[in-house]
Amino acid sequence: MLHPSRAAIAALTALSVIATACSSGTPAPGASGSGGKPYAGTTIRVLGANHPWADALKLLLPDFEAKTGIKVNLEQYGEDQLTQKLTTEFTAGSSDIDAFMQRPLQEAKLHQQNGYYQDLNTYFKDSAKTGSDYDVNDISKAALGTETVGDVLTGIPIVVEAEVLYYRKDLLQAAGLSVPKTLDELKAAAARLTDKSKEQYGFVARGQRSPAVTQFSSFLYSYGGDWFDLKTKRASIDTPEFIQAVTFYGSLLRDYGPPGVLNMSFPQAAAIVSQGKAAMYTDANSIYQLMLDPKQSQVADKMGVAPFPAGPKGANMYNVTSWGLAMYAKAPHKDAAWEFIKWATSKEIVIKTQATGAVPGARKSAFDDPQGKSKFPADWSAAAAASGGGRGYDRPLIVQVQKGRDIIGDVITTSIQGGDIAGAAKKAQVEFQTLLDSEK
Amino acid sequence: MTGGGFVDRHARWLFPAPALMFVFALMVFPILYTVWTSLTGWDLGTGRPPTFIGPGNYEKLLGDERFRGAIGRTFYFTAIAVSVEVVLGVAIALILNREFRGRRFVTSILLLPMMATPVAIAMVWLLMYEPTAGIVNFVLRSLQLPTPLWIAGADSVIPALALVDIWEWTPMVVLITLAGLASLPSDPYEAAAIDGASSLQTIRLITLPLLVPTIVVATLLRLIDALKTFDIIYTMTGGGPGFSSETLNVFSYQQAFQYFSFGYASSVLVVFFAIVLSISLVFTYVRREPPSRLAGPVADGRR
Repeated sequence: MLHPSRAAIAALTALSVIATACSSGTPAPGASGSGGKPYAGTTIRVLGANHPWADALKLLLPDFEAKTGIKVNLEQYGEDQLTQKLTTEFTAGSSDIDAFMQRPLQEAKLHQQNGYYQDLNTYFKDSAKTGSDYDVNDISKAALGTETVGDVLTGIPIVVEAEVLYYRKDLLQAAGLSVPKTLDELKAAAARLTDKSKEQYGFVARGQRSPAVTQFSSFLYSYGGDWFDLKTKRASIDTPEFIQAVTFYGSLLRDYGPPGVLNMSFPQAAAIVSQGKAAMYTDANSIYQLMLDPKQSQVADKMGVAPFPAGPKGANMYNVTSWGLAMYAKAPHKDAAWEFIKWATSKEIVIKTQATGAVPGARKSAFDDPQGKSKFPADWSAAAAASGGGRGYDRPLIVQVQKGRDIIGDVITTSIQGGDIAGAAKKAQVEFQTLLDSEK
Repeated sequence: MTGGGFVDRHARWLFPAPALMFVFALMVFPILYTVWTSLTGWDLGTGRPPTFIGPGNYEKLLGDERFRGAIGRTFYFTAIAVSVEVVLGVAIALILNREFRGRRFVTSILLLPMMATPVAIAMVWLLMYEPTAGIVNFVLRSLQLPTPLWIAGADSVIPALALVDIWEWTPMVVLITLAGLASLPSDPYEAAAIDGASSLQTIRLITLPLLVPTIVVATLLRLIDALKTFDIIYTMTGGGPGFSSETLNVFSYQQAFQYFSFGYASSVLVVFFAIVLSISLVFTYVRREPPSRLAGPVADGRR
């Protein structure tokens, strides 16, 4: 026989189960919505990065929720943690993710190979689902190209960036130097502006193994080198162009860079600049707020932005789509997810995210709009325009990008440390070729 | 009543059953699954499915320079950290093991590093180690001492990381040693006092020998933990500069969650598990050995 109190507990448990079952029943899509809100009551799960774009979008979400009745649960993670979270959830096959931020150059091929993406062409090219006011042709063709793997459109581009030169106007002027237009001038200026006894450094850039690879790419391209031959799939890490470029980059950081550069990615390097300790810095133009925003930088009013300087083979900076918004192949609420992606990449919202988040988007109209371009200084815009013809990739276009970056990054760190560059390059060449062969 | 009879008859199976199920689901199964995965070529990068490939991953490990480097660094880090922690920990415990004003206060302060969150600790040390702006080099500079690169230098990174581990975990050795000291018998000390032993002699000939079992336990616990250190290394350097601080745990993490080579990462973990297990077994064996030689003076004292 049951003890009275046990019976009471059992009854309570039963009641609470019923109560939970009732409250968790979401209304079917369209049940409560009239024509304007077909997905009202739907909740979608969106995974984003800790990125200014996501921060800016988050503030705008209430508008979307009011307009469509769709509730958006946005989770944000660090870049690497995001990739991990996505990959583990997708591998487990039980994820209820609807939409997510992706780094097309870093993971689109990997995720497409494993069938994680919904092909967005289904929606993008369907005028019934997308509507003419969305204006597909306003989005950069090159950016859409980066998002395309095979025939599949893996995501809609949201952030584009190019490598530029940040410099201290006051220091260059005081030394009687003009803004470097070539890498040789950059080196000469860095030498002049370095005074290690005063902790004043001529140049800083990323020195961390893997993060350095993308910002080294413009140096490599400007020296006429590349990661590998796209047609023959032959690695080109041991070519004279690569060795020259990596020697140049390494000596620039070793001779004129701050100590500890080997542990620097962009937050650390940009901090050195914003504390007024480095005169010049090459990195993505999308992070300019770290140095040009008076709230974050002690030298905000003294910073200038210029196009990436030319090397022996011209100024070949990268100009890439760094982030896109994608939909999971098994998303539980695909149509509602598309509503969200469509809204987040619409003209109106791109203008707003550019204006509040200061993140360059992929729509031409947003840069023509006075509000859309209000956050970008004139020299920033000029440098962005000069980078228009840049290369569409800042890392090797392979599936196992991270493995490739680590192999190549080892040569860069060896060079910064003044080690045996030729030996490291030879070793990396073999390893990188093995990697390329494994993907044939 | 038949139900009760069933329970009575099978009590010795039924009662441990939940515990057994728990151990199996949370310990045995994951280990066996990792061993199985290590025998597959599962790799999202190459698109290979989790199908059986035999010992291929282990053969690859033998020729992998990064793996060999990681083993060496794991032991290097552990050797520095654990040896300093044990010596320092026992010394501090001996100092604290006497009555003085504010002893409780000092003991509680000492335990703080152990209670802090590892990632927070890593962040604070990251700032302190910063070669240009960090406080460590600021102090050294004002004392006219050389300023090392700490975690930004390929040669100094492992000792610098070990220093953080020492700061964080020496208190644990202190704590264990203090517990050991509290449980020591008092008669050997009385005998030594009668024989006229100096306090240094008492520590060397009585306290330390009697403490050996405690010290072995503390060393073992720290050894296992130090070998597995991940949080502070990953947060502070991510294995850098270059690969200079990539230990086995960081290496396998890279393989699994950066390269998504699950099969290969599992084989690293299996080897790692075997290393930790064999070290633990050796230590457990050492612990069982009676400290006969060391017990000598104590026996003499009793006579």
